[in-house]
Parts: sequence; C-alpha cells; structure tokens
Amino acid sequence: MNVCTMNTGNDKRAYSPDGMQEGSPYAVGIDIGSTCAKTIVMDRKGTIVYRNVRPTGWSSVETAEAIRQDLLANPRLKDLGCSLPRGGEDQGPVLRCVATGYGRISVPYADKCVTEISCHAKGAVHLFGSPDLNVIDIGGQDTKLIVIDNSMVAEFVMNDKCSAGTGRFLEIMANSLSVTPAELCEMASRGKETHISSLCTVFAESEVINLIGRGTPREDIAYAVVDSIVQKVKAQSGKLSFGKGALCLTGGLCDFAYFREMLGRTFRGEVLTSPDARFAGAVGAALYALALDVRL
Amino acid sequence: MADYVKMWEDLGMDLETHDLLCQVLPTAVGDVFMTQENRPKAMDFWDLVISEVHGIRPAELIEEQKKGRKVFGTFCVFVPDEVIVAANGIVTGLCGGSQFWVPGGEAVLPKNTCPLIKASVGARLGRTCPFFRIADVYVGETTCDGKKKAYEILGQDVPMLIMDVPQMKRPKDILKWKDEIAEFAEKVEEITGNRITVENLKEAIRIINEKRKALKRVYEARKSECLPISGRDSLLMTQISFFDDPERCAQMCNRLADELEERIRDGVSVVPAGTKRILLTGTPLAVPNWKLHNIIETSGAAVVCEEMCTGTRYFENLVDDSGETLEELFMALSERYMKNNCACFTPNPGRIEDIIRLAREYKADGVIDCSLKFCGLYDIEKKSVAEALKAEGIPVLSLETDYEDSDAGQLRTRIEAFVEMLNER
Ligand code: SF4
Ligand code: SF4
Repeated sequence: MNVCTMNTGNDKRAYSPDGMQEGSPYAVGIDIGSTCAKTIVMDRKGTIVYRNVRPTGWSSVETAEAIRQDLLANPRLKDLGCSLPRGGEDQGPVLRCVATGYGRISVPYADKCVTEISCHAKGAVHLFGSPDLNVIDIGGQDTKLIVIDNSMVAEFVMNDKCSAGTGRFLEIMANSLSVTPAELCEMASRGKETHISSLCTVFAESEVINLIGRGTPREDIAYAVVDSIVQKVKAQSGKLSFGKGALCLTGGLCDFAYFREMLGRTFRGEVLTSPDARFAGAVGAALYALALDVRL
Repeated sequence: MADYVKMWEDLGMDLETHDLLCQVLPTAVGDVFMTQENRPKAMDFWDLVISEVHGIRPAELIEEQKKGRKVFGTFCVFVPDEVIVAANGIVTGLCGGSQFWVPGGEAVLPKNTCPLIKASVGARLGRTCPFFRIADVYVGETTCDGKKKAYEILGQDVPMLIMDVPQMKRPKDILKWKDEIAEFAEKVEEITGNRITVENLKEAIRIINEKRKALKRVYEARKSECLPISGRDSLLMTQISFFDDPERCAQMCNRLADELEERIRDGVSVVPAGTKRILLTGTPLAVPNWKLHNIIETSGAAVVCEEMCTGTRYFENLVDDSGETLEELFMALSERYMKNNCACFTPNPGRIEDIIRLAREYKADGVIDCSLKFCGLYDIEKKSVAEALKAEGIPVLSLETDYEDSDAGQLRTRIEAFVEMLNER
C-alpha cells in the first residue's frame, strides 16, 4: 500500500487500520558527520524541499536537537503542522526520519539508523541519476569509496583512523598556510608540481612547515597538499575494483573545482559532481525515510 | 567465587594490578554474553569457566603439578599436543587477548608489533596471568617474525623450547617437520621424565582426535539454516578448549552438540530467519578478544564459522593413528599439522581454498577477513583472499583492528554497511 496523504491546513493525522500512520508528505534525512550535520527534507516525488548544514560541534545529541528545532521552525513544515517522531508535538502527520553518519545513533527522533555507506550510495544514485557509479566521498574525518552496481553497493572501503586524505587534513594544512580550504585549492591550481611524501597528517604537517621555512611558494605547497589527498584516495582505490559507472565526488570537497580536476587527472576521467553532492548522505537517508512509508 | 588470592600470591603474581583485570572482566563477559537471548543451556560450563578463568583451571593445573606433572604453555596450533599428552604432560594455551597486557608488552617491544604478541609478553612480564606463571616451560615456534623475536625476550624469563616450523609445504618440509616433532618428543621426555611409547602416543592421538571430533560436531551444527548457537558462544567454547583438559573438553563439547542437534530438530534458532550469516577469517582471537563477534552480532548478522586458529584450523583433519612405530606416528602427526594453512607459509593457496569451501559449507552470505594490526602476514594475504572471493561471487569485507575499543565505532559502521549491503542483495 502506498498511500500518499496530502494534507490541507487543518488535516489531522491519517491512520491506517492497523493503527500505523501512513504516508506523510515529506521525509527527513539527517547526516551527522564529524564536522558538519546535513539535513534534507524531501517530498514524496523525491524533490528536495529543504536543505541545511550546520557544524556538528561537540555534541551530536545537541546538534540533533538543534536540527529538530530548525525543522519545526521551518515555515513550510510549520504550515503543514508536521511533527517529528517522538518529538512530543502532537500535531499533524509525523515525518519519517532516517539518521546516518557517525552521529546517527544520537538522533532520538529518528525512525531508523542507516550507515553512511548505504545512504551515500542511495543519495548518489538519486543525485546523479545513474544506477552505476563509483563514488568518492571525502568527509571531515573519513574518506569512502563506494562502487555501485545496479543501484546497489557492490564494494566499499573507508580510510583507517588516520585523517590523511580527508577534509580534516585539508583544513589542518590550510591552517598552517593561513588560508581557507577553498583558497588553498584555488592557490594549488597556480602551483608547480611539488610533493610531500608522508601520508600521515602529523608528519605531513611538519613537512609543510619545512617547506614554508625553506621559502617554497605557497602555491606550490598548496599543490603538494591537494596532491597528497588525491594520492591517498588513489592508494585507497587499489583496495577495490571500480565498476563501469562514472566517477563522482561527494562530500565537502566537491565544490573545489581544482581538487576535482586533480582527481580527474589521476583517475583518468571526468569526475562528476552535483550542487547537492555534499548532501548525498542526507539525500540517501531521506530516501530511506520515504521508503519507510511505503508498505506493500 | 572461591578465594584464589593465596594461589595467585604463591604464583608470584602482581595482585594489585591483577585486581584491576579482575574488575573489568566480569563486565565484559556480562556485556558480550549475558545480553544474548535463548542461549544453549550447555553453555553453563563455559560461563562458569570464564567467570573464574583465573581460578578454576589454574587451581587444577597446580594440583596436577603437585603430582609431578609438567605444564607446557603454547602459542600456536602447530605445537603437537599429542606428544606432550603422551608423556603425561599438560598443554595450556598462552595467548594474550586483552588490551590490559599490551602496555606491558610495549615496554619491551616496538609499538608496531601485533597486539597478540605484545599482550602475551605483557602478561608474562607483568605477572598478571596465572597461566603464564604456572607453565613450567613455554613452547614457541618459528611462524612469524614478531613471535620469533618475542620468544627471545620471554626466554630470558622462563624456560623456552622453540620448534622450527617450515615455511613451505614441499614433501621435504613435511619430513623436516616430522624430524622436528621427534626432536621435540625427546625434550618433552626429558622435561616430564616420562618415555613416549607407541602405546601412549597412540592413546594421546586418540584423545586429541576425540576432542577435535567433538569440536567439529558443534561446528557442524552451526551449518544449519536454523542457527542453534551464536558465534560468540561458539568462540568462547573454542577459546577455552585451548586451556581445558582435552577429555573433559570433548565431553563438554559433545554435551553442547547434543543440545544443538536437538535444537535443530525442534527448529530453535538464536537469530530470526533471514539473519545474514558471516564467515570470519584471519588472525586468531585469543581470550578475551570478543570484539569482532560482538560487533557483528549486534549489527544484525551472525558469525557461523571462524576460519582461523581459534576456529576450524584447530580441529580440522584428524591424525592417522594406524602407525606401528614412533617414526610412523610422528610422520602422521607431521602430515596432519602441515595441513594447517597459516599465512606464514608461502605460497598459501590452501587457505583461500578453505575459505571458499567453508563459506559454502556454512552457507555464509559474506566473509569478513580481519587481521590484527601490524600482522603483516595476514594483512598482505587479504588482497588475494578478497580477489578470490570476488571471483567466486562471495562478498567480502577486509578489516584491521587491535584490542583497543577506540575503533569500535568505525568497525561498526563498516560492518553495519556490509550487512546492509548483504541485505539489499
Ligand atoms: S595464525 Fe599461524 S602462527 Fe598464529 S596460531 Fe595460527 S598457525 Fe600459529
Ligand atoms: S597475528 Fe600475525 S603477527 Fe600476530 S602472532 Fe599471529 S602471525 Fe604473528
């Protein structure tokens, strides 16, 4: 049964005979990553109607609560009188909600937790409109590579404990050069080929400091930093076999054109991205949430 | 709980530090085992043993020592228990499976040594494990580099025998291992003061074969679609079988197998139908290392088989006891032990064949290949394992971990994602 209950202003909850609530107009996906928490609200057609990013901060529990407040305060949802699962508000249809990301268990109002691997895969298939993809997701603390075959995860790898090759690494390096990560990537495009040998963040940082001390142009150092992330991703990709689909980049680094270019050069192909690529996990979570309302 | 303080004191243990270990273990046992529902009743034996793991069995060993028997501590399934048992010696496993002992090991070993080695050395030097104190002699073996060098350090503190395990499996290597066993037998005779004869060696072979058959019966039950026992409980049984008296071990395993077979007849399963079945392969899981099993089994899957030394490699293949001379029996032992497909061999195609065969026999939906951090042998072999499994269409997840809890979240994410992937297939 797939009952889509469209609500007018004063509509109250719609209940199915078994007492379970059926189809709410929107579904929520929340991706609590190590640095940023992304929220997506999607209508039943899969159109994104709301997106939000906020820093995760120290406590995922507090972040989850802040997200709930944001959602409830959103005019579109407010007008419908929607509420969140176990949110306490007894008004309007309950939005289905799926949480993902490393803070997924800290969302008390989520119906379900799904790992970021599955969510990223589902989100990427949706965003890029293709059932076969090779996804590179560079997050704050981890980098994931996912091979998607026929809309299903065929293989994946995640980096180990070390933050080399992650967004965090870029941030640390940008800090030592006193620029933002975006500026660093832009600078890198004007840099000469330079390399840092170490794949460990701590050692790489001291190598960068060495380069600064030697008076190496900042552009070249920026090049070396971007190159080191790309090389780390490349090394990781050796642990799986990419499928026939296109290569796409999701996560925080997807907006940096030069980074994409370097990645493309290394992997010998075009690297797709989408304006919503950093929301891929949340998009996937929202799709899982939508599916919760579909009972066959 | 009986009072073992006096015994520990007599063993020269560091009681204060040991107290700390005694405090954490019950919580770990409670969290990992007692939270499970519908456990086989016959697990009561292993629950008891683990609840007083530093008490019951050590006390028994000391009683036997008073009668003049010698205790041999071993670190590897290559050491032939039969030879020791034939000479009326006792074998006890000595593998360190707890983070508790790692810092002690790191005090004398490089940090980038595998945690199994660091914990084993730490348990001895820190004087916080009765088994490590009780053993009259340790038996090491030349399997991996880390162990070889660690035995030199342990050898400064305790009598040590080293067996030279071949690194290849040519016919001449099997002969060489037979000679090594024969030489080992002489040393065991010296230490125990007992002669090894065709009769007592045959009897020892029979005893250890019975133990293998009993363990195998439990594992056979795990092949059923109606899974009668969790991976955690099976692992506990296997781990403790390294410490227990072999005859009692066989008896208890058979008792458990009886119950499991009955459960299968009655359709009693410990997991809901459709729960994904995982075969775990890789480095051994020494007590109290239950980390992976616990994460897997609280992520919506069940471990149905372990292709590792704390698993199938411990009991697969019986020793032929038809020989009529010591020479023939030693050869039979060599042939059986050399069937172990440890990653220390090159080349090692047998392990991959085993994994594929076992994955089919145990109807595994996926394989998790996990090695201990800094174990180069198993880590390097992961690639060929993954490729071979992929070629067979068997999903595989490769992991690396140590004894710390700090990576539990990351492991859980990978394992949950793997289970989600299996569920969507
Ligand atoms: S993994 Fe190899 S070295 Fe370790 S116990 Fe097994 S056979 Fe021995
Ligand atoms: S896990 Fe690897 S490194 Fe550690 S003792 Fe066993 S073979 Fe050696």
